[in-house]
Amino acid sequence: MTGIAEIVVALLLIVGGAFGVVGSWGLVRLPDPMTRLHAPTKAATLGVGSVLMASMAHSWFLLGRVTWHELLIAIFLFLTAPVTGLFIAKAHMHLSWDKRELPRPHRDDDWATFGDSAAESPMVRAPDPPPRSE
Amino acid sequence: MTRAPAPRPAGAPGAGTAPPAARARRRSRPGSLVRRLLPHPGLSLIVALVWMMLVNRFAWGSLVFAAVLGLIVPVMTAPYWPDRPRVGSPRRIAAYVGIVLIDIAKANIAVARIVLFLPKRDLRPCWLTVPLDLTTPEAITVLAATITLTPGTVSCDLSEDGHALLVHCLHAPDPAAVLDEIKTRYEARLKEIFR
Repeated sequence: MTGIAEIVVALLLIVGGAFGVVGSWGLVRLPDPMTRLHAPTKAATLGVGSVLMASMAHSWFLLGRVTWHELLIAIFLFLTAPVTGLFIAKAHMHLSWDKRELPRPHRDDDWATFGDSAAESPMVRAPDPPPRSE
Repeated sequence: MTRAPAPRPAGAPGAGTAPPAARARRRSRPGSLVRRLLPHPGLSLIVALVWMMLVNRFAWGSLVFAAVLGLIVPVMTAPYWPDRPRVGSPRRIAAYVGIVLIDIAKANIAVARIVLFLPKRDLRPCWLTVPLDLTTPEAITVLAATITLTPGTVSCDLSEDGHALLVHCLHAPDPAAVLDEIKTRYEARLKEIFR
């Protein structure tokens, strides 16, 4: 029984490590910041998820202790990963995309990042934008 | 995001600071004493559960404290969600979570394959406008989070009045198919959940 549990834990750790490496390699390999955003928001979630499952299996089956912390970590990770991705994307749009390069929104005048209220947003006004690199 | 309600003055939270409209609505409901003590039973349950999971081993004292938290937190935060939507059946929500979890696993494998094996010149990133049929902020938030976590797409922005999402695709030779999948696989189900 403990033998099987050890194999499962080891496999989960290997899978987690592999996805972590792929996510980081994606950051190096993909061509521009928008595509780079894809690698950590996804490949990393399964990587961290596998490590958490390994940790849970380890303490349940090998230490005989029931823990729930890993489940909480996974839930909070899934709640926060999209928010981080959205904020990085918005900051990147502010800095280096022109709204004419983006598709038009469906019924509204503009995307929230470039709309009327954006002019008053402290997030937009804060630093002077760097010169656009062509 | 910018439409979050203005924070109430600190130091005076609780039912007494609820906006007059919300207070009137709460009073007019039937069974108003239970309503006032437990304005959001689901939230109470979640708060208590999260507390028990944080404590990490069962003890009656922790259960009592979890119950107290589950009672106090929803009452104190009630002014922040005056118009929360009705949420559909738990079975539908469980089905949606299951689908999303499976899709997250698939998304990881798909993205890993693109990162490892697809030659850079064959990569077809593109922007996509997703017109929204959902109207409540909560439903749109869930849809945007789902899009970010699932195959090759990241939601990047919302249009000014919330009628469309801007989505970036990592590799989409056929953007129409991606749009169709988002609409039918996720949005249709969310429409059933948030009515």
